[in-house]
This record gives sequence, C-alpha cells and structure tokens, in this order.
Amino acid sequence: MYLNTIALSPERIQRFQEIASTSIGPLIEGAIKYTIPLAIIAFSIGLIIAIFTALARISSNKLLRAIARVYVSIIRGTPLLVQLFIIFYGLPTIGITIDPFPSAIIGFSLNVGAYASEIIRAAILSIPKGQWEAAYSIGMNYSQALRKIVLPQAARVSVPPLSNSFIGLVKDTSLAATILVAETFRRAQEIASMNYEFLFVYIMAALVYWVICFILSIIQGRIEIRLDRVVGKSGGLS
Amino acid sequence: MISIQGLKKSFGSQEVLKNVDLEIEQGKVVVIIGPSGSGKSTLLRCLNVLETPNGGVLSIDGQKLDFNSSVSKKAIGAFRRLTGMVFQSYNLFPHLTTTGNVTEGLTTVKGLSHKEAVKKAELLLDKVGLADHKDKHPFQLSGGQQQRVAIARALAMDPKVMLFDEPTSALDPELVGEVLRVMKDLAHEGMTMAVVTHEMRFAKEVADEVIFIDDGVIVERGAPAELFNHPKQERTKKFLSLLQV
Repeated sequence: MYLNTIALSPERIQRFQEIASTSIGPLIEGAIKYTIPLAIIAFSIGLIIAIFTALARISSNKLLRAIARVYVSIIRGTPLLVQLFIIFYGLPTIGITIDPFPSAIIGFSLNVGAYASEIIRAAILSIPKGQWEAAYSIGMNYSQALRKIVLPQAARVSVPPLSNSFIGLVKDTSLAATILVAETFRRAQEIASMNYEFLFVYIMAALVYWVICFILSIIQGRIEIRLDRVVGKSGGLS
Repeated sequence: MISIQGLKKSFGSQEVLKNVDLEIEQGKVVVIIGPSGSGKSTLLRCLNVLETPNGGVLSIDGQKLDFNSSVSKKAIGAFRRLTGMVFQSYNLFPHLTTTGNVTEGLTTVKGLSHKEAVKKAELLLDKVGLADHKDKHPFQLSGGQQQRVAIARALAMDPKVMLFDEPTSALDPELVGEVLRVMKDLAHEGMTMAVVTHEMRFAKEVADEVIFIDDGVIVERGAPAELFNHPKQERTKKFLSLLQV
C-alpha cells in the first residue's frame, strides 16, 4: 500500500496530468504578476542605486566613500532572507508597516544595488585613464566625461556580470514567498500543500524559473552583440 | 600667447618640474625635447591642467591661473578650453565614429546643434585628409589615421594653442609622415604649438624654437639650427649625441 503511493502507477501519472493542467496557470500567473515585475523593478532601481554607489566609492569625498562602503558591506555581509524579514516583519514593530510587494521591492533593490555597484565600479575603473583625459582635454567636466565617454564604454564591460546579477535576482525573488508575495514559488507551495505532490509541483515551479532565465540569457547575448556594435569592437564591420 | 612663471610639479617626493619659466609667442612652434623622465610631458600636461601644478602661474591668451593659491574647478575648465591636446596613444573614443569623436565636444561642451557640429567635423576631417573615413570607428583606422582624427577632435574646439605630447611615438615609421604633414600645415596656418617629440627633422623644419629640458629645468633653448648644431651646455651636447642628429 505504502509502496503503491510512491510508485508511478498509471493512476498517479493521470493525477500528475490533472495537477499540471490545473496548476500551470497559477504558476505562470505568479511569474507574470509578481516574479518578473519584481525582478525588473528591483533591478532597475538597484541599477540606479548601484551607479550612485559606484560613483561614491570612487569619489574623492571621504564621507561619500565611507557611506557607500558601509552600505555595500552591510548588504553583502547579511543574508537576503534576513534583510527581507527585517523590512517586512521587523519594521512594523516600530510603526513602519509596508505591504509585501513594496517590501520585496525595497529589499531586492537594496540588495542588488550593493552587488551591482561593485560590478559598475570595476567597469568604470577598467576604462583607461586616457579616455578621461581626452574628455577633459576637449573641455568636458566630470559629469560630461562620465556620461558621454566613460559610462557608455563601461556599460559594455558590465553587461555579462550584470546579466548574471539579474538572473540571480530572478531566482532570489522566490524568497519573497516568505513575506507573503504571491509569486511563483508561493503559488507552488500553496498548490502542493493541497495535493501533497511536493516533488511534482516544485519541479514545475523550477521549470518556470528555468524558462525565464533561459529567455534572459538569450536576451543577454543580443544586448552584447548590439553593444559591441555601439562600442565598435566588431559589429561595425558587418 | 603662453606664459609660464615659476612652474613647479612634484609627484610625491619627486620634483618633476623645478621652477620652469617659459614664454611662447603667438603663432610660434616650440618643440620640447629631453630624455625620458625629464619632465617634458609633465610640462605639457600642466599647460592644460591634466596635472595640477604645485606652484607657479600659467597664462594663455590673457587668461591666468595662479597655482600659488587655490584654483577652482570652473577656472580650470575654462582654462582647458584654450588648449587642444593630442596624446601619444591617440585616446580616441572607441564607442564613437570618426565624426562622433569630433562632434562630441562641439555638442556637449559648446552646445552646437548636431547638424552644425557634423558640418564642422566634415570640414576638419577633410582638412586632415580623412573625409572618406567619417563613419568608421577608431578600431577600423590605422594609427596614423587615428592620430589625425585626434588632431581634428582637438581643433574642433577652436583652441588658441595646440599641445602635442609625443604624437608620433606610438606610430609605425611609415605612418609618421602623414601626421607630421598635418602638423606642418597647422604650423603654417599660424597655430601656436607646443610639441614634445623625438622627430628631430620636424623640429628642424618647423620649429621656431627648440627647448631642451632635463631633470625638471630648461637647460637650453634656441633656434633649431643653433641648438642642434652648436649646443652650449654639456647636457644638451650629450643628449643630442645620443640621438645622432
């Protein structure tokens, strides 16, 4: 009897098919309504945080450097799950209550911002000093040189590592399940708690993440080719 | 046109320029020579404040920067616009086309419209003989072509003075001529130029004055024929003999 429930009997396979057809909808809905928007919004905000943090870290202002350093150190030195819990379950105890989705946005933005700032900092530092000098020599100031000359080149350098960050973020959004965001993994938990087919349902959730990340890696390749053309490394000849 | 008084520059404890005084008159071409590490490039880089001097007064076209007191970033920016700089390693912007390299400063710094900037860029690229390459990216050009784009890029900003920091040192020998030709044309048009170079033939043919720098001081200066043929100082003699001019 016990063995029978574990084995893949024809009845069980039939049951899988039923579960698959009824649960794929909610899983994809969770991905479209929460997982993907969460990743995109948090990454966009995180990138802005990252650019400013990177600039602060390479600035000549000691205070700015110190603030950026502490921020990056705290975020990188603490678990993302703990950060989310502090925002969603911790802050209400001092009177700051934030809904699940905005809590997740705040947590993931701050998190990805810290990691991406290191990528952007390295990318900016990888641009030869001569580029800054050439920009200054035609009369540009710091911000003009940065925006027009250095960042466009740094963007090309940082696309592969930033893509990794983004793909990592997509997967990390599953942690939002713990702060009640109804994203893909939370849907899977809910479905599995009703039908007890944990293995099957979680594999389905995993597939949803994998498909998203697979598509992202294709987009990454396209962006790299396009930026190569803009930066003029190879595409210009074709 | 250019006046340098008591210019001092140190990197850490190393004094690279020790109290340099120099005047360059309008329309003159001054070639600066000297052994490596003598401070000749630093002198040029101080003139457009890519290096901040530790002391001294710079003046170009009546605009003064006094480094014996503190100098604002804004003043440095305005001062920099008086000079155009050509670097040994070209330093073209790799993400922009030839035209883009020339127009970038015009649109971003001078506020010209894209159309006006492109028009001006075309004139300048024609002048340096690169009209046919205006849509290429730097990596598609030879070193000599890249350096000519760099000259056009600097000229676009209408500088009062052109500074050349070993403009042909990174070039293959057969490409040196095309760059020197553009520089000669500029000199004949009356551009005030300060050129750090090892091209003694260029110095002989084009320079109004040659300055020999060693160990952070101007050792000797004079007309090229005189300085090359009858150097007065021992250090100059020694340096020139090593160059076999």
